[in-house]
Parts: sequence; structure tokens; C-alpha cells
Amino acid sequence: MMNCKEVTRLLSEGYERNLTLRERLALTLHRMACIGCNNYGKHLEFLHKAANRLREGRDDVTP
Amino acid sequence: MTTNDARAREILWDDPAIALIRRDMLRFAQLQLRDAGAAEDMVQEALFAAMSHAESFAGRAALKTWVFGILRHKIVDHLRASSREICGADLVDATGPDGCMEDFDALFDRRGFWNPEDRPATWSDPEASFSQKEFWAVFEACLDHLPAHIARVYMMREFLELDTGEICRQLGITTGNCWVILHRARLGLRACLENRWFHGEAAT
Repeated sequence: MMNCKEVTRLLSEGYERNLTLRERLALTLHRMACIGCNNYGKHLEFLHKAANRLREGRDDVTP
Repeated sequence: MTTNDARAREILWDDPAIALIRRDMLRFAQLQLRDAGAAEDMVQEALFAAMSHAESFAGRAALKTWVFGILRHKIVDHLRASSREICGADLVDATGPDGCMEDFDALFDRRGFWNPEDRPATWSDPEASFSQKEFWAVFEACLDHLPAHIARVYMMREFLELDTGEICRQLGITTGNCWVILHRARLGLRACLENRWFHGEAAT
């Protein structure tokens, strides 16, 4: 079983390359059992969305 | 159609909305270049380029997307031209096989599981933050807080959408190194946001 340190690295690499089926399976299993890493995965998605907003010159900010 | 275009062009320069877009562009450019003069020049050039094609967009949102697109291209060109100045060796040192993750190793215990106090918390409705200008100030502060070379790679990837291959070529580092740097940037940014933004939110 992968530990959290490896899982966080792999979650990040998922944005850089296609993970193998085996890696994706390991991530899913780990995330089901580990609230910290499951949150981490969600937080990375959030970071990615935030960067997208900033890149497009965020338009929806209330002044 | 033509009268509309002419009117659009007249309005553009006077519109206070343009001043706001310009301000956002400046902030975006400065964040990545850390050089106020170069950022200023680039924003000006991007605005001029956009204005000369003022016919091709309809409305402020379209204009903003358009000028930000131009600005990103200008920043990419600038980084390409100046990439020789970035010391790839620094990046390699910072992410070497041993020293690389020292600071973040502390987040995990000996077996590589989260320390209880560092375990990522549940953020409730994080995307609501997108409409708060204070959030963006924190986000930018957190980017600034990252070591400069790490922030640069992260922004090349996420803001300029260069793929890892190109970033590596430009900086003279390996793909593996690039991934580690991005991983580090994400760990750092995430922790910073949790401490400086979501932690406070959760408490309310």
C-alpha cells in the first residue's frame, strides 16, 4: 500500500502525465481509506481551478 | 456593425473598465516576472495589440479574455528570451535527490503518513472564495511566499500553460525534476491557503 507521501506526489503527477491504470487504482483505494489524501486531491483540483481563473483575468470578483 | 465597432473603439480607452483590466493585467504580469518595468511594458504592448483588433470582440468579458491571451503570449516570449538567465543548476540543487523535499518531509511521519496536525482539512465550499477579492490577495501572497524558482515553474505550467517538456527544455532540467518542483509548489500553496485562508474560514 502506498503511503501519503507517495500519494501526494502521484496526485500532482496526474496533472503532468497520464497515470497508469495501476496507479489510478492505487490512488482510488488509498483515497477511500484516507481522508487527508482525499482532501489533498480535492485541494489540487481547487488550485488548478484558481489558476485557471487567474489566467483568464478573473472577472467575477465583487469589488 | 461598423458604427458599433467604431463606437466600441472610442469607448474602450475611456472606459474605467479598461483601467480595471489594466490593473489586473499588471498584477498578473508582475506576479510572474517580478520586474515591474518589464511587466508595465508588456501590459502596454498587449493592450495596444488588442486595441488594433478591436473589431474582433464583443464586450468587456471578451476583451479581457483576449488581452489576457495576448499578455500570456508576451510573457512566454519574454521568458523564452531570458531563460538563459535562469540558472537551471539552482533548480536542480533545490530538488536534488536528497535535499529536495526536506521542508515538506516534515509534513509526514517516518512511514510517510500525514502528521495529524498537517493532514489536509476539509474545506467547505472553497469555490465561493473565488468571488472574494481578499482570497485572491492571499492566493497571490502564497505564490509570492514560494521560493522564486519554484513559483516560476508553477506559473509557467499553470498560468502560461506550457507543457512540462517545454519548461524543462527552457530551464535545462529533467522532466523528473520538473515534476518534483511542481509537486513542491502544490504542497506549499495548498498548505499556505489552508493556514492563511481556509483555516480562518473553518473557524467561523
